[in-house]
Parts: sequence; C-alpha cells; structure tokens
Amino acid sequence: MSADENKLNIKERYQIPTQKMIEQDPGERSRNFKQVNLGYTEELAIQEARRCIQCPKPSCVPGCPVEINIPAFIDLIARLDFIGAAKKLKESNSLPAVCGRVCPQEKQCQGPCVVGKKAPPVAIGHLERFAADYEIEHGGQEKIELPPPTGKKAAIVGAGPGGLSAAGDLAKMGHKVTVFDALHKPGGVLQYGIPEFRLPKEIVRIEIEALERLGVEIICNALIGKCKTLDQLFAEGYDSIFIGTGAGLPNFMGIPGENLNGVYSANEFLTRSNLMKAYLFPQYDTPIVRGKNVAVVGGGDSAMDAVRTAKRLGAERAIIVYRRSFKEMPARAEEKHHAEEEGVEFMTLINPVQFIGDEKGWVKRMECLKMELGEPDSSGRRRPVPVEGSNFFIEVDTVIIAVGNSTNPLLTMATPDIKVNKWGNIEVDPVTQATSKPGVYAGGDIVRGGATVILAMGDGKKAARAMHEYMMKKKS
Amino acid sequence: MHKILRKTPLSPDVVQFEVEAPLIYNSWRPGNFIIFRIHEEGERVPLTIADSNPGNKSITIIAQGIGKTTKHLNTLNEGDYIQDIIGPLGNPTHIEKFGTAVVMGGGVGTAEAYPIAKALKEAGNKMYAIIGARTKELVIMEKELQGIGVDVRVSTDDGSHGHKGLVTEVLQQLIDEGVKVDFVLAIGPLPMMRAVSELTGKQNITTMVSLNSIMVDGTGMCGACRVTVDGKTKFVCVDGPEFDGHKVDYKELGQRQRIYVDQEKESMERFIHKGGRCQ
Repeated sequence: MSADENKLNIKERYQIPTQKMIEQDPGERSRNFKQVNLGYTEELAIQEARRCIQCPKPSCVPGCPVEINIPAFIDLIARLDFIGAAKKLKESNSLPAVCGRVCPQEKQCQGPCVVGKKAPPVAIGHLERFAADYEIEHGGQEKIELPPPTGKKAAIVGAGPGGLSAAGDLAKMGHKVTVFDALHKPGGVLQYGIPEFRLPKEIVRIEIEALERLGVEIICNALIGKCKTLDQLFAEGYDSIFIGTGAGLPNFMGIPGENLNGVYSANEFLTRSNLMKAYLFPQYDTPIVRGKNVAVVGGGDSAMDAVRTAKRLGAERAIIVYRRSFKEMPARAEEKHHAEEEGVEFMTLINPVQFIGDEKGWVKRMECLKMELGEPDSSGRRRPVPVEGSNFFIEVDTVIIAVGNSTNPLLTMATPDIKVNKWGNIEVDPVTQATSKPGVYAGGDIVRGGATVILAMGDGKKAARAMHEYMMKKKS
Repeated sequence: MHKILRKTPLSPDVVQFEVEAPLIYNSWRPGNFIIFRIHEEGERVPLTIADSNPGNKSITIIAQGIGKTTKHLNTLNEGDYIQDIIGPLGNPTHIEKFGTAVVMGGGVGTAEAYPIAKALKEAGNKMYAIIGARTKELVIMEKELQGIGVDVRVSTDDGSHGHKGLVTEVLQQLIDEGVKVDFVLAIGPLPMMRAVSELTGKQNITTMVSLNSIMVDGTGMCGACRVTVDGKTKFVCVDGPEFDGHKVDYKELGQRQRIYVDQEKESMERFIHKGGRCQ
C-alpha cells in the first residue's frame, strides 16, 4: 500500500469495512495467559485508519479524557507514518499502548464517532494500540525534547494510571517528578488488577520506562502516610503533590459465609495472579486456589478479569453471577464478549444471600435469590428486586466477590487537612483537581470511588496543568 | 534492595536480622510490622518490627523458619540483600499506663513482644513478661527483657527451663500470687493467644492479641487477612494487627491460616530439593 491510496473521498471511506482485531482462538486462549488480542497488521491498521473521515470538528476528541488529537494520529497511520502517529499520541497520552488495550472506547472516543452513525465507528482503540506497539517494536523510542528545568519538584503518591499521567505531563513541562508507590512494582491497577492476557506486564514496564527516560523518578515500597506524611514531603522540598492512591478496600457483601476459605475479593484473586504471578506457582512462591467450580459475583471489568483468570487456572465451570441483566453490566463490551467466547457462564438477575461451608471451613455451595428489575435507581439503571421464595443453590468451591471498592483511608487519615466526603473520597475542584490542602491535588479512584484507567489519567492531566500553574506562581 | 547488616541466630530456627530500611527506621512504632519479599519470584510475608538503629538507618526483624520463605530468609547472611521491604504497616500498639501489664510471648512472638514491653515499661507500667517455648534452647529475649527491668517468667513444654507446662499456667500462678493484672498482651501461636484470652476473659482482664494472618499487600487492598472480631469483618493489616482477645473468632482464623497448606508443603519440598537455596 502506498500513501497515495489515501486520497479517498468520504463516500469511498465509508465503503471500507471495519477491520477486525486479530484474536487468539477462544478454545486455545482460555487455557493460557497470553494476549487475547494480537493487534492489527500494518495493512489492517492502514485500512481502518482510512475509514476516518477527518471531521473538521471531531466529536471523538472531546470524548477522550487525555485530549488525544485523534484525527491527526489516525491520519498519520493512513499516511504510513506509524512512528509519527505514536509521537502524536504521546504528546497528550503517557500510556498509549496501555490505553489502546484497556480503555472502554465505546463509552469514550468511539461512542460519539460520526462514522459510527451509519457504520461501525472507527476502531480508534485498535489504532492507538497499533501505533504505540509499532513504536515499541521498531525502537522509535528516542528521547523527547524537554524544556529547560523549572527547578520545581512535584511528588506523586501512587504509580497508577492517574499518577503516571500526571508525572508524564509534569516532566514534559520541565519539572522534577518523583512517584511513590506502596507496592513493589509501579503501575497500580495496571500491575495488580488487569491480567496479562489483556495487558502484558511487559507493555506496562516499557511505558513506565519511557516515563523514566523523561526524568521521572519512581520509588516503590513507599507507603506515603505511614513512612512519610505529605507535610514531610513539602518539608523535603516538593512544591506540589498529586494523590492518586486508587481504590483501596475491597467491598464484601455482608452476607454469611464470606470469610470461608475459598472466598476471595477480586482484588486479592487478581493481585495474587497478576502482581505476584501465582498462575506460575510453584515457580513463583505465591499460591492461589485453582477452583473447579468458580462463581464470580459482579458485572464490572474486575469481575470479567477474575472469571477469565479462573477459567485459565483450570476451572471447569466459571460463572458470572450478576444481580441485574446482561445489558446493565458495566464491564467493557469487548470483555463480556471475550468471556462468553471463552465459555464463561452468565447467570444474570441472581444475587447470593449466603455461602455455605464444609466441616473444614471451605466454601462448597452458595444460596442465591432470583431478581427482577424494578424502577430505575439513582444510577439510571433499573433496580434489581428479589423474587420472594426463589432461593436456589449453586455448587462452588471458589467464590470471587467483585462488587467494587471503598476508599482506603491510610493517607487521608494521616492528612486531616484534606477534606473527604462521607464515603472517604477526596473532594476536589472539578477543573483543577485541587484538594482543600494548598498545593495538593488528587484524581482517579481516590476521588471518584470506582472508575476507569482513562478517567484517572484525565484527572492526572488536569491536575498536572494546575500544579504547573501553582508551582510557577509559588516563590521558593 | 535492603542490605542485611547483621545476622544473629537467637535459637536453632529463630534468626534476628538488622537490615537497612531508610523509609522505616524513623517512622515505625511498637506494634507496626513490615512486609518483605526476598527476590523477584518470592511471596510477600509480614514480620513485626522488633527494633531500629537510626545510626544505620536500619530496623531489626526476627524470623522463625517455618515456611519456605522464612526458612529461605534465615539462610541469608550479612551483606546479602532482601529485595523489598515495605512499612511501617498496621496500627502501633496503644501504649498507656494501665498499672500492671503482662506481655506474653510464645516462640518467635516473644521477639515481637519485646518492643511493646519496652514501650509499656517506659509509660510507667509495672511489667511482667511470660515467655514460652518448647525447650530451653528455644527461649529467646529473656536477658533483653530482664535488661529493661521486666520481671520475666519462663515456661517450657519439657520443663528444661522455668515452669514445665503452658504460659497460661504461669499467668494463673501470677494472679494467684496476688498480682493484680490490669492489661495483658499476647503474641504467639493462635492456640496460645486463644488460651490466654479464655483465661483473662474469666477474670475480666483487658487483653490484646497480635494476629498474624495471611496477607498479600498489607495496605488494605486485598482483604486476604480478614478476621471476624465481635461479629464484624476486620482487616488485620489496617484495622489491626492487635485486637481485643476476647472478641476474636479464633476458629475461623485458624481455618483461614490453613488455606494454602498444600501449596506451602509443595513449595517447601521444592526448596529442600534445591538444597535450601532458591535459584
């Protein structure tokens, strides 16, 4: 293909069919931890890029929390300048190979895509992944020109997507940035939460290394709030601080039997498998229960990640138990689809009421109630209502509770001058992400409760802009 | 990476390490713990902080070689490195002047009880320590506790040192001597903490136990360490590690500590097969 073939009119562009992602065979992949999506070839990427009609006022860009110039990077792919496309992405997104894999594009950029009104929307996410992967594979990772140092220092608490996004933007503005993380590896949810088959840890490592090449310093095993307070960080010379400590404590359901052996939080199950590599036990020391009959309670991305991990660990039956209907599940459409293809069972409009154990304290059965949908609740989704007397049992040996997280209070308790709401989430200015403590900004799940990688990254971007302004005004 | 500065065997399977910990040595308090991971393929294991040395920016940890990871740790030598140490974790012990306080240590728990005994002593309590072990050579920290002015009573299973029998019997003797005990803190194996709590419950003595449950991150994120206290689920890592000994569901905790017993055995066999050295 040559760049000349890109001279197409809008009608011709509409006639190009959407290009499908190459995927590992479902039967095969449900038994390994290798990537499910294998990526576009150059030909597929160019074809897909040519479907973009280059709207003069693009509606995709406002849908992107990190403000990627989407038509511009797609146009570069269509013109065969893949490295240029990757550079365009990195102007505004510090983690494009991550976002191309895990963003819920249908709710972000692809939702409002104009092409999508008549045909499938342009596969912006697949194209983002293609360009970012191309740069990684073809060594186009040369040093980005940085402005002269400002002499200002920013501290980032939490090396998850929000913190890394803020770190990248601040470094590109010429600030000295140090990122602290409590775990032994940076990445936050990208490291402990999202499985290898969806986001290889090698990709996370490479994108974080790219930030380190911008001068970002990352310090692991540092639990800010316990080993140092925010005021100590200021005293050490940091001029502003971003808090991106994420979604702390896993929610349980408060029903009998939740502490039986074999009952996990999704956080624990996924952390064991992803961060600790328990799926490689005994080569890695951390063990994990490999259940034969596994039920995952919940319908979000973590629930899908957990159930698909359980399947790969050898489950004969891996079931999603969700109290609303399939349509209402908040997980990314692609994950639901992939889970179905891999043989995951979906039991919807069902809610557990208790877990029953054997004489040794291991879960063996769960009692459930059937639900029906009533009036819409505050989320706009129809409220599930239990059907009286519909109790029934599911035989299980492992249960994974994936019903969201509450705020981790470790840092906010150590910092009483930061205002939190009744759920413990940090209150921020919606434009600047500023907290009630001067010089301290926050974003991601510690502010939002439970959200996505890309919303956290958007918060990090907004905060970086405000921190820059704050630090440049500040006399030091 | 955390360099091991000093290694001191305290008994045949209990080893004390002084290890560099620049983020922890000046921020920890008695009752806090750390989580360590020896190497890239290692698991995360919690250990109580026993002491610190600001001159070396180091902390002291004491490990009993029980599982694969603690056995491996105890093969490391001065100059070797531990890949990851995070802390201080958990809530510090609540220290106040209770009047007469007794710390009870079983096995390696005695090492963990030492900094708490020291802090309680400094707060003005009349201090006793009752420490137990299987046999004389496994009794640890006896001199150190005496050195800070604690009245130390020892019990061994075989009677080779001190009282022959259980630490609870020594506590009962102390009470029978007419000592009015106001506060008890027990650190040791689960059956020991349970027995202590049963005894003190009958006498209405405020009792705290320091729980050592299975953990992964140790910061509240995973919930592996959950325990039922007073009918409510608590996380040992962020709500503890110390809880009211009279309200802990010991049966459930005992079951939960056995979740990975088969895998732990497999790991240990692999470790021994490799000659006690991880490749």
